Order: sequence, then structure tokens, then C-alpha cells
Amino acid sequence: MIRVSVDAAPIELGVEVAALEARGAGGVATFTGVVRTDDGVEALELEHYPGMTEAALCALAEAAIDRWHLLGVTIVHRVGKMVAGERIVFVGTAAAHRREALEACAYLIDRLKTDAPFWKREWLADGTRWVEPRGTDAEAASHWL
Amino acid sequence: MAITMLYFAWVRERIGTGEERVAPPEAVRNVADLIDWLSQQSDGHAAAFAEPARLRAAIDQTFVPLDALLGSAREVAIFPPVTGG
Repeated sequence: MIRVSVDAAPIELGVEVAALEARGAGGVATFTGVVRTDDGVEALELEHYPGMTEAALCALAEAAIDRWHLLGVTIVHRVGKMVAGERIVFVGTAAAHRREALEACAYLIDRLKTDAPFWKREWLADGTRWVEPRGTDAEAASHWL
Repeated sequence: MAITMLYFAWVRERIGTGEERVAPPEAVRNVADLIDWLSQQSDGHAAAFAEPARLRAAIDQTFVPLDALLGSAREVAIFPPVTGG
């Protein structure tokens, strides 16, 4: 079962984890991305490509289910403006055993960084700047090919 | 052939719009050709497309390299490398 959501509303961690646990799997692994407070960044703004984003996330979820025989995948990505400490992204996987759940969770967040059309903009005290991709993200994603 | 163009992030900001309809000439065969042709449409387009190496593209909501043929594309998006997660 796949749940993909791209929304401006805050991510409800307890609700998302409980839904994965209810899948009846032996293990649930999760990753939560949170807005950092470094470099004088006051807020982060996420832009995306409506339609393509949801399709790209569903395709990643389906690939993970095929590879690790998951019982559940949840990908929730927030868009719009959020302040330091708020959740940006949640990835959760439910599987019969821990290894499948943990590996699939790592795969999903690594691939999401390079395969889904989101763009981050940082809000600073004196203006905004678009975030440049990091080479290490592409390396992490290619590790799973 | 009319194509809906979509722009995101700083590409959208430099062009001044997130969406427009364009009708490129026959000689425009692939995404790189389209970027070249669009660059001549306004100063904003020229600024957004000045460094093709910093651009990425999607045809009908699928990521493609810049040398991908347009074929019967209905929607082409041009944007910077993605930075989600």
C-alpha cells in the first residue's frame, strides 16, 4: 500500500507512523527531514512541479515495493514556506523484517533527492537564495542503481 | 506545433512567468534547440538560459536529457537541478 502526499500542511508524524504500523508488518522504518537552523537561514520554501511530483514519488514507492517486498510505503513532502525545526519530508516503510524496511527507507530518501521535482529556497535576514544541489546527493542516489 | 512551457525556481523568476504557450519553428528538434530558440524571445529568457549546463528538463512530466527529441511533446518544463528532501 502506497501513500504519497505533497501538501503545505504540517506533517503529523504520529499519524503517519501509526498508519504504517497498522499494515501488520514486523518492522517499520522511518526518516524525517527537518529544516536546519545553520547559516543564518530563517525559513525554507519548497516549490514543486504539481502532477509530476506525485507521479515521481509514486514511481519511487512502487520501485521500492518491488525490490524489498514492502507491505507499506509512505512519502509525505511538505511544500511552501516553513521555519527552522519544522518537518520537510517523511519517508516510512513497513516490511516483514528490519533489513528490508531500513534499506528501502534509505533508498527512498536518497532517490527522492535526485528524482523528484522539488526546489528549495532559503530565506535569510537580507534576502533569499536558491539551494544548489550537492554532488554527494547524486552519489548517494547512484549507489542504489 | 504548440507547446506549453513550464518554468520553476530561478528559471521561472528570471523569465518572469511560470507558464507560457509557444510555437517553435520546424528546425527546433530537441530540448536544447528549444532553449536556444527561447533565449531569443526576451532578455529574461536569455538570462534564464545563459548557462544550459545548469538546466534540467522534463517532457510531458518525465525527466529527459537536453538532447531529447521533442517529438509530439505537449508540455516541456525547464528548471534548475532538483533539491528536494
